[in-house]
Amino acid sequence: MNNVYYGKLVFELSKPGRKGYSLPANEFAAYALDALPVARRERKTLLPEVDELTVARHYTNMSNNNFGVDTGFYPLGSCTMKYNPKVNEEMAALPGFNVHPATPDCCAQGALKLYDEVQRTLAEISGLSRFTLNPYAGAHGELTGLMVIGTYHRQRGDVNRKKIIVPDSAHGTNPASAAVAGFQIVQVKSTAQGTVDVEDLKPLLGPDVAGMMMTNPNTLGLFETQIPEIARLVHECGGLMYYDGANLNPMLGVCRPGDMGFDVMHINLHKTFSTPHGGGGPGSGPVGVRAGLEHCLPNPQVVYNEEKGRFEQRFDDESLGCVSGFLGNFGIIVRAYAYLLSLGRENVPMAGRLSVLNANYIKERLRTHYKLPIDVVCKHEFVFDGLREEYGGDHHAADHVTTLDVAKRLLDYGYHAPTIYFPLLFHEALMIEPTETESKDTLDAFIDVMIRIAEEAKADPQMVKSAPHNTPIRRLDDVKAVKEPKFTFKAL
Amino acid sequence: MFKYFPHTPDDVQKMLDVIGVSSLDDLYAEVPEELKLHRELNIPTAKSEVEVRRIIEGLAAENRRLVCFAGAGCYDHYTPSLVPYIAARSEFSTSYTPYQAEISQGTLQYIFEYQTMMADLTGMAISNASMYDGSTATAEAMLMCVANAKKRNKVLISGTFQPNVLRVVGTYAKFHGVDLVTVSATAEGVTDREAVKTMVEADDVAGVIVAQPNRFGIIEDFEGLADLCHAHKTLLAINTVASALGVLKTPGEWGADIACGDAQSLGIPMGYGGPYIGYLCVNEALIRKMPGRLVGATTDAEGRRAFVLTMQAREQHIRREKATSNICTAQGFMCLYVAAYLSLMGEEGLREVNEQSYGAAHYLHERLLATGKFTEAFPGQPFLNEFTLRYDGCTCEFRKRMAEAGFLAGVRTEGMEGCITFAATETRTRQEIDQLVSLV
Repeated sequence: MNNVYYGKLVFELSKPGRKGYSLPANEFAAYALDALPVARRERKTLLPEVDELTVARHYTNMSNNNFGVDTGFYPLGSCTMKYNPKVNEEMAALPGFNVHPATPDCCAQGALKLYDEVQRTLAEISGLSRFTLNPYAGAHGELTGLMVIGTYHRQRGDVNRKKIIVPDSAHGTNPASAAVAGFQIVQVKSTAQGTVDVEDLKPLLGPDVAGMMMTNPNTLGLFETQIPEIARLVHECGGLMYYDGANLNPMLGVCRPGDMGFDVMHINLHKTFSTPHGGGGPGSGPVGVRAGLEHCLPNPQVVYNEEKGRFEQRFDDESLGCVSGFLGNFGIIVRAYAYLLSLGRENVPMAGRLSVLNANYIKERLRTHYKLPIDVVCKHEFVFDGLREEYGGDHHAADHVTTLDVAKRLLDYGYHAPTIYFPLLFHEALMIEPTETESKDTLDAFIDVMIRIAEEAKADPQMVKSAPHNTPIRRLDDVKAVKEPKFTFKAL
Repeated sequence: MFKYFPHTPDDVQKMLDVIGVSSLDDLYAEVPEELKLHRELNIPTAKSEVEVRRIIEGLAAENRRLVCFAGAGCYDHYTPSLVPYIAARSEFSTSYTPYQAEISQGTLQYIFEYQTMMADLTGMAISNASMYDGSTATAEAMLMCVANAKKRNKVLISGTFQPNVLRVVGTYAKFHGVDLVTVSATAEGVTDREAVKTMVEADDVAGVIVAQPNRFGIIEDFEGLADLCHAHKTLLAINTVASALGVLKTPGEWGADIACGDAQSLGIPMGYGGPYIGYLCVNEALIRKMPGRLVGATTDAEGRRAFVLTMQAREQHIRREKATSNICTAQGFMCLYVAAYLSLMGEEGLREVNEQSYGAAHYLHERLLATGKFTEAFPGQPFLNEFTLRYDGCTCEFRKRMAEAGFLAGVRTEGMEGCITFAATETRTRQEIDQLVSLV
């Protein structure tokens, strides 16, 4: 990646009299907007005046200050930064899909059929009965799934189930989604081995429990082997099991959430099914349910009408309601479909296995230099608790080299940093998820750099603590960003 | 191996040796056997790129691209060719949320530009870095009203909202326990201001949410609404079609506390409903209640201006259940679409787009009325590029007939038997309009 910083904003390139667009001559000039009698904007805008090439160079220069999966290795834990295949992009851009969402179903059969194919494929991969693709992202899927759980209880007249149980290792979105969905959150502890403490769970269960959210493997990358027992206990008290699909990747074709005992789940198409993360979305968070809960899924639902011999959108009265303006991030769904077709039944299960192989390989090779708090075979990701003591990682020492320092130094070597300080169970958490699309060569080079950083931390800790040194900009003043908040060009 | 898997058999063996297991399946030794899927997945077999293209191009061809005279939250505006071209740069598209600011200035900068542009267009102080879509942005606006009021739980929403937005906001309200009251539309097709006044004066309303232009296409007059709300410690949120912000009175000018809506109309393709982008802007006082990401300016260790995700203490990954929202991944990439679109169009371009859309819609309106088959559903109401007419006949049959002829002839006006809401943009030609009208 280019390390020359391009820091201009488009407003700084503006010059009165320039323009970057062309429109046809107005055929309707007789109808003058100035005739509009009411509610006109008085204030001028601050929009820039720039020509097309200036805009092209501006964003191209900006892109050179950005790091994506195509730039280099992106071992960001819990984010599944796998390769984003280009045929997916080509398919999503087909003009035939660029239709208005109110296009009558009869004229959108291709889109609806594709939507249905993806629904059904995800159901088989998950071991559940039916999916909706309407939710826009993982957290939105969680919210939708929790609404499914709420709807299920309400429809049974079981109105006192207000609690959702969430492990202390859960993604932050779990408790946050439960709160938005109107539930109270009860936290269950992890054992020293990093999995849900079943003994701690038991007393939490009762007639006020709506359900429990889990990810399996959990955020430490560990498979929750007690899952059948946990599911049994939660079901016995009348609750439902929610599967946070953020960590689905390693389980593909090996063990399905439905078979583990989960009733409701979401999938992040932008993690497991290779659609690009786009610097923070758009993602897609399809939600699946087991048989008996299908009617709770959000409207509109895409179904095949046997009688008419065609696909249609349907509104079900029993549904939880609507969570999206239309049918979700359709363009992302097209990308996921292209990926599913490409991999097929032969390769989907390999994706999971190779992601696990890659994670364990890094773990085994780096444990000599980084603290491994839980020493078992991991799934797609694992967590180090910072550098080992002998490499400056003793976090009781005042000037120890932190996980943040290691992360920043990695940037100097041309790698994206792993997820840091999550999960919250460890002081110096460094969470690495390589994904299956990375080669042994890439992993070896990364491992060498991680070892070199550990040696640097021992020999010259100040150099590591002041990293990055080679990136377009240096370490940022986060405190200033909060104390002197500036969110617009005008405020600068 | 498969094209997306770079492992050679030799690599796999060497890696297994380092790990100390003998096969890939051994990596799953702890997974109880009875939970494992001991069969192949019943999904389609792997397809080559040639076949993937053939299948999906086939599906795309099964859609019919109708000449679009529909709006209702999605508008067929022109996207300059540079916009998708820039957006195809994988440095942008294949990156994650910009947690590592030192190698994410591209993303952070365009979001900062987007925030500047949306705050400016809405006339508000601050914009966040996007919500999923206009409907969820409106739902989050409702949640902000309730969170801000603390002891009030009632929010009024105008019945002149797009029905799909009402449904989403209603769903969020139902589960979050918000007492959402839909204020019905008057016979003139606008928010019943008397009803709003009566309810707000009861001093238990946390927020009022209105739409502009409304679902019938009518430009509503919100004069005095902010004063009424503020006199009773009630927040005002205005949802405006983003493109219209270039020419219509802004939420800031109306005195709103929150501006929300969908910014699809700013250069984003219709794409059968998504991805779009929800925008959410607030005045200074509400900053700590804002959901979602925020990009702020700061300096680096060498004193250079740079950008960073900030005020994260509001967010789910820090605050968990006490966060302002559960939102994590939003529509960040679509900020790039909007920023590039608005950079190219500028104020003049946005004005021209609105002028031409206004002209096309008013011409269509006049011509449809001239057929004698339509009457105005709300006579004399001002509109920008969308309007509602009553059809003398079966609307279903009419729209079907038009679809057969290649036209998307508006959308059915939900809850109003016999009515159709039409829209037109700068991409419609006089010839297309004349053709449509000739078929009536």
